[in-house]
Amino acid sequence: MSRLVVVVGAGPAGLGAAAGALRAGADVTLVDASEHPGGQYHRMLPGAFAAAHPGRLHHGWRGFERLRDHVLRHPRCDWWPESTVWSLERPGEGAPVVHVLRGEADAAGRERLVLRPDALVLAPGAHDRVLPFPGWELPGVYTAGAAQALAKGERLVVGDPVLIAGSGPFLLPVAASLIEAGATVLEVLEANPAATAARGWGRRPWELAPDAGKAGELAGYALLLARHRVPYRTGRAVIEARGDGRVEEAVTARLRPDWSVVPGTERTVPVDALCVSHGFSPQLELPVAAGCALTRTPGGAFTEVDADQRTTAPGVYAAGEITGIGGAPAARTEGLLAGWIAGGGDPRAREAAALSRRRDRARAFAARLAAAHPIGAAWPGWLREETVVCRCEETTYGSLRRAAGDQASGSARAVKLGTRAGLGPCQARVCGPTVAELLSGRVPGANPHHRPIAQPIRLGELASPPTENTPKPDRKESAR
Amino acid sequence: MSARLVPAARDAAGRRPDVPLRITVDGEPVAGVAGQTIAGVLLASGRRTWRSGPSGAPRGVFCGIGACFDCLVTVNGVRDVRACRRRARDGDTVATQSRGEDAR
Repeated sequence: MSRLVVVVGAGPAGLGAAAGALRAGADVTLVDASEHPGGQYHRMLPGAFAAAHPGRLHHGWRGFERLRDHVLRHPRCDWWPESTVWSLERPGEGAPVVHVLRGEADAAGRERLVLRPDALVLAPGAHDRVLPFPGWELPGVYTAGAAQALAKGERLVVGDPVLIAGSGPFLLPVAASLIEAGATVLEVLEANPAATAARGWGRRPWELAPDAGKAGELAGYALLLARHRVPYRTGRAVIEARGDGRVEEAVTARLRPDWSVVPGTERTVPVDALCVSHGFSPQLELPVAAGCALTRTPGGAFTEVDADQRTTAPGVYAAGEITGIGGAPAARTEGLLAGWIAGGGDPRAREAAALSRRRDRARAFAARLAAAHPIGAAWPGWLREETVVCRCEETTYGSLRRAAGDQASGSARAVKLGTRAGLGPCQARVCGPTVAELLSGRVPGANPHHRPIAQPIRLGELASPPTENTPKPDRKESAR
Repeated sequence: MSARLVPAARDAAGRRPDVPLRITVDGEPVAGVAGQTIAGVLLASGRRTWRSGPSGAPRGVFCGIGACFDCLVTVNGVRDVRACRRRARDGDTVATQSRGEDAR
């Protein structure tokens, strides 16, 4: 029987991993929580829209369609949409056992399935990281990713007019999507000053040549902004959202390079919606559940991988944003390599070497992006005592500071239990990195990514016995 | 102006004419379009908030991709469904929730 590779996540990295493993001759089960492959980058429109030209909303759509069709139609690939991995179980040796819930999102009575792969490739991706600011919990304040997902995924404009703020190149495609969908974008604010961005982007410009694809994509967005006379301002941020029960105005201010506010530069802008992103948080609960070591970088924690995308856990590989924020081309290349090796492909094969080189170049590009768009250390300066830090539990900055200063607290865990920060429904997905940063140096750290149950499962589902899914590699062939 | 659906006739993606659907939200009928998520139906109908935090503060969509759990609703009697991830179906009965009653 051939090798079974389970790939979790069907975005650029996961689709790449599935293709790599198929090429190496393995059987593949590709699992994703959505109804369609593509992840957040190539978020597909619902089938009910029967869209004739979905590619018009996307960059690199043809390449995506080719990869998607190749993988999903492959006789050795089993595609599991609407399938959530809620737990990974570590046996004594070999790859983890994968526990899956299959069915409509958050439904009751989803089917419980168990996969026992020879190798597991994790490619769950990332979600926006948003730093707290006074009023960020008001309705009408969205992550930039939410505005993008709703515009690309179901043709909904979150509001009009819209202000987009935060840091990073992702603000540009979000602005482009909103403009395309007919919204007025008031301005796009990059918190870093032009000098910081230029240092990251401008150093060793010849390195950019192999990544002309990504650089060209970004240049296209910049042109669109210019055509629609949407100002792109650097060194400016939203430091407060105000409104009665919903956002009505944003307060913006000029920032110094360390993101401290320059007094007297505040401006009040009436908005209908505010879209914010300060970068991305990798979804690390599955790598942590699998026992993978994490690496700490200035940009946060990521899954540690070797040159072959192998994690420190036996039989577990990682690709895409959980290994470092690099964008879709980097993710796809990492996926192809991870899948090839996980599927039993020779690491010294010529195409593996070529993939490694491409991956290294994409990583270098990602490092430049990170250098161009760091989070300034002085950002907590815009918080007030009563500013909500943990949205779920409404834990304030003041109560976190008091708990951290309290000798009795002693540990991050005690602070969490005392303030409830990170203990609500999102399980610290949103505030985890922020709370860790605010507490660092004050109390001994805890892993904000540890979630024994990676996705919610209902008691009734837990009580029902799971189905063992033994691979049937001949299934599709016999069906043809 | 508030949130709105790009009109099908002007949609660059070449969407077919909308197929209407109807759900109820706390007993009130709300019109939507086949393919929308429950969050999409609620936002396009002019609603911005449908859940409240521990203090009673209003909440709606924040992350839009299932990470923040701000948009939880009860759908056909099942609690804690992420409205941004659940496709609306004709006849769905949606009830709003408050954090006080959320499952822990």
